[in-house]
Amino acid sequence: MRRTVLVRLAAPLLAVLLCASCGEVWNDPYPAGDRGRNILYSAFTDRPKHLDPVQSYAEDEARFTQQIYEPLVQYHYLKRPYSLVPLTALEVPAPVYLDAAGRTVAADSPAVAYSVYDIRIRSGIRYQPHPAFTREAGGGLRHHALDAGTVTALRSPYDLPDAATRELTADDYIYQIKRLAHPRLHSPVIGLMDDYIVGLKDFSARLKAANEALRDAGTPAAWLDLREHALEGLERIDTHRFRIKVHGRYPQFVYWLAMPFFAPIPWEVEKFFHQPGMAEKNFNLDWWPVGTGPYMLTENNPNARMVLARNPNFRGEPYPAEGEAGDDKAGLLGDAGKAMPFIDQAVYSREKEGIPYWNKFLQGYYDTSGISSDNFDHAVRVGIEGEAGLTPEMEAKGISLSATVATTIIYVGFNWSDPVVGGDSERSRKLRQALSIAVDFEELLSIFANGRGIVAQGPLAPGIFGYREGRDGFNPVVYDWDAAAGAPRRKSLEVAKKLLAEAGYPDGRDARTGLPLVLYLDTVARGPGDKARLDWWRKQFQKLSIQLEVRDTDWNRFQEKLRKGSQQIFILGWNADYPDPENFLFLLDGRQTRVKGEGENKSNYANPEFDRLFERMKHMSNSEERQALIDRMVRIVRHDAPWMWGYHPKDYSLAHDWLANSKPNNMARNGLKYLKVDPARREVRRREWNRPVLWPLGLGLLLLVVTAVPAVISYRRRERLGARGGPQAAAAAHQAKG
Amino acid sequence: MLGYILRRLLYAIPILIGVNLITFVLFFVVNTPDDMARMQLGAKRVTPEAIQKWKAERGYDKPLLWNGAAAGMGRLSDTIFFEKSARLFVFDFGAAEDKRDIANEIATRMGPSLALAVPVFLVGMLINITLALFVAFFRATYIDVWTVVLCVALMSISTLFYIIGGQYLVSKLWSLVPISGYDSGPQGFKFLVLPVLIGVISGIGSGTRWYRTLFLEEMGKDYVRTARAKGLSEPAVLFGHVLRNALIPILTGAVVVIPLLFMGSLITESFFGIPGLGSYTIDAIQAQDFAIVRAMVFMGSLLYILGLLLTDLSYTMVDPRIRLE
Repeated sequence: MRRTVLVRLAAPLLAVLLCASCGEVWNDPYPAGDRGRNILYSAFTDRPKHLDPVQSYAEDEARFTQQIYEPLVQYHYLKRPYSLVPLTALEVPAPVYLDAAGRTVAADSPAVAYSVYDIRIRSGIRYQPHPAFTREAGGGLRHHALDAGTVTALRSPYDLPDAATRELTADDYIYQIKRLAHPRLHSPVIGLMDDYIVGLKDFSARLKAANEALRDAGTPAAWLDLREHALEGLERIDTHRFRIKVHGRYPQFVYWLAMPFFAPIPWEVEKFFHQPGMAEKNFNLDWWPVGTGPYMLTENNPNARMVLARNPNFRGEPYPAEGEAGDDKAGLLGDAGKAMPFIDQAVYSREKEGIPYWNKFLQGYYDTSGISSDNFDHAVRVGIEGEAGLTPEMEAKGISLSATVATTIIYVGFNWSDPVVGGDSERSRKLRQALSIAVDFEELLSIFANGRGIVAQGPLAPGIFGYREGRDGFNPVVYDWDAAAGAPRRKSLEVAKKLLAEAGYPDGRDARTGLPLVLYLDTVARGPGDKARLDWWRKQFQKLSIQLEVRDTDWNRFQEKLRKGSQQIFILGWNADYPDPENFLFLLDGRQTRVKGEGENKSNYANPEFDRLFERMKHMSNSEERQALIDRMVRIVRHDAPWMWGYHPKDYSLAHDWLANSKPNNMARNGLKYLKVDPARREVRRREWNRPVLWPLGLGLLLLVVTAVPAVISYRRRERLGARGGPQAAAAAHQAKG
Repeated sequence: MLGYILRRLLYAIPILIGVNLITFVLFFVVNTPDDMARMQLGAKRVTPEAIQKWKAERGYDKPLLWNGAAAGMGRLSDTIFFEKSARLFVFDFGAAEDKRDIANEIATRMGPSLALAVPVFLVGMLINITLALFVAFFRATYIDVWTVVLCVALMSISTLFYIIGGQYLVSKLWSLVPISGYDSGPQGFKFLVLPVLIGVISGIGSGTRWYRTLFLEEMGKDYVRTARAKGLSEPAVLFGHVLRNALIPILTGAVVVIPLLFMGSLITESFFGIPGLGSYTIDAIQAQDFAIVRAMVFMGSLLYILGLLLTDLSYTMVDPRIRLE
């Protein structure tokens, strides 16, 4: 009896052991066949919404799209400050300026009416293999008239046989630029590009009419062939050359050419995905991207994992031979000139929760990881002088730490149209200045962000032209320069209180009414985890005896408040689209307020002098003159203080020692091709870190037996009692118990 | 029987319309079509034209429930509610707001959810019933007392603790199974061992106590005493009489849950990286994706109604006295 029980208990356990012991490491989440292969393992948290380059604008999408699509230019991987280098273009496009009559004029001429970008692309670049390109012997596209049964049976477009390729041409770039105006797509930059690309607005209207004609004809989902519609600002010169004509001077346009919005799309692929039944299977460009880049998406399950595999048709771009000081020593130039990409496959697993993500990184199942606040103390040790280093545990594992200040600003805005904190009166300005001094962002970073950030001195982030460091760059409204420390020192509270009194609020009370000053922070932070932070904000205002009321709300209502201008004080952030000061300073341009024109100036700040300087600055190339203009603009906004300048977050990332060539780059998201892994080293480490511990299984089994034994004994005793005394005795025994 | 089933299915129609209407009203009290458009289009560089275009494309530019500008039945049918709800009754879930096919998504996610939920349900029920019978057999002994204490303790611990503790011990410290992940087919076994184990253990406390109560109630009845008086062994009494007679309350609790197994488990799937349906509705609410919310609420209601019907039908199988008319 006892033996049978034991066997029954042990059988499923043995089955688990046998199955799991197929490999040496039991907790390996990847197939055994992938061990030792040249694969990069990483994770993602949020599922990408759009992979169509005309619609995709989010960071978590760029990590996929930018390995697949190749815009004309890219950011240099190693050099800082960020600079553009050619990708598929032969050179970084430089504009030729024309006047209204089409005559060439100087860049600084007031007669400039158009900028023309003459773009030449490299020949011989080929797309990844795809069935959309496959042609019959007669030249027709083989898979462009699939029957319903064939489409239904497909699990992926790559199930179709004989995937083919073709060469990249200028037409593909033209096609994609036209797609910005596609009436069935939503490009986030169409509003901006409408103002710049000549004829785009008119082109949008014509496409809309063509789309409506298809709808009226009862074929609303039919393919809209953009080749049939001309766009005035685009001109095809030959197979590898085209021109883009832009209104006026817009030097930042070249940065947009580095984004996937301007990546090539072959018309064959768009047409292929418009076949009946494809949409129902999620077969479209938003789900199955097709590009010329080093990788192609071979598995797309955004709920579980995304797999990028090496594009066999990729031309083999050389690894950069130059970098910034220190890159050589850091081993980042060791592969100079070698053909990229180095990695065969990249597997991205979805990890919604931080704990499994972090633990799998520590087990060696992810090659890189960020550091959440929960794991910061586990991973990072901050030295006496504030320098960050790794904890001994991380060092023992050979993990390396890299940190970079993001081209981001987290700011606290004052609504310029608010009667108390807004406007350009001396009273409100001094109130804003007093608050800017009182709110201690150094403390905020220390308490809530593990010191991961630097306090902002103005609207520009480090690494952006115009940003000044040290003594030249501190904000004299909020800080004094501490010559001994060689760093700015926040002004004392006394200064803030004096400013507050001058503003008409001595000791935090309105001098006219005697009532305490109450200010309102509008925020979407209302979870239990936000309480401590909101208490901190109240305490900062309380330093000046000002009461801060937190008006928490949901995201929709918060956005509505911003649109209506009914917020008072709010916290927001901005990530740079490109490394140009215009991309930060426009957030304060009085013509781009949220209230008047749905612009990005959410504090609705308006200063005619600032706007005038901005208009001049935005059209200039980087120069001393531009720097001087920026300095003046920054001085104006520091004085007006429409924002408390907040901070620039610092991104920390960890990498295992089998990963090479990793360098943070805030602008470029196409970094996968530069990375290199040493799979053999990874394998050794994984085995070392993940030896299965078997004694708990034995202990569990023993525990089961130990707990079962008294029960079995008791059961037998009862049965014996029942057998000796007959049915009546057994029933009596049970009655007695019951 | 057939008439009964048909009648119950017909009752389902007004219930589903009501559920749909309530979902619709609740959703649009919180989110306007403009809010939905803004959420879908992102936070950067969204123009009023883009919002209008998004709404028009998806039919959110129409009135919510009543179209005063239309004529005749158009007043009701040319509205967001009618257009978005009517198709559900022919199981046409349409596309999510990001244009991805909802039926396809549900079909893809249902497998992983079931791969986790079915073993947890079956193994859990088996263990809970076995343990409850065991405890009932030893009622009023130290085994009974200590098992009840253990059950209360197990019930008092949150699921999250089981998950995090289980991942820490079994996957991280002992390196026995992967911390998270999923694969279909036999390869998926190693990923499911731990979540199933945790699902079963975390349910033992409440399950065992519930079944123990049922069994004890049955054991106090006259027919059990008669069976014992006839000299039947205790296992024969427990399995042959007590368990069979306790099946009706067991089925009431169990069968109704079966269809809902399709809907997945939010926390477990999230922590174990199982790409199931558990978080589909929650993610959709956060993303203000009404298409998914209405489809999932509709499906949930339908499955619940189906579960209740199955429960009624199962009664006739275990109790010959019950007739459905």
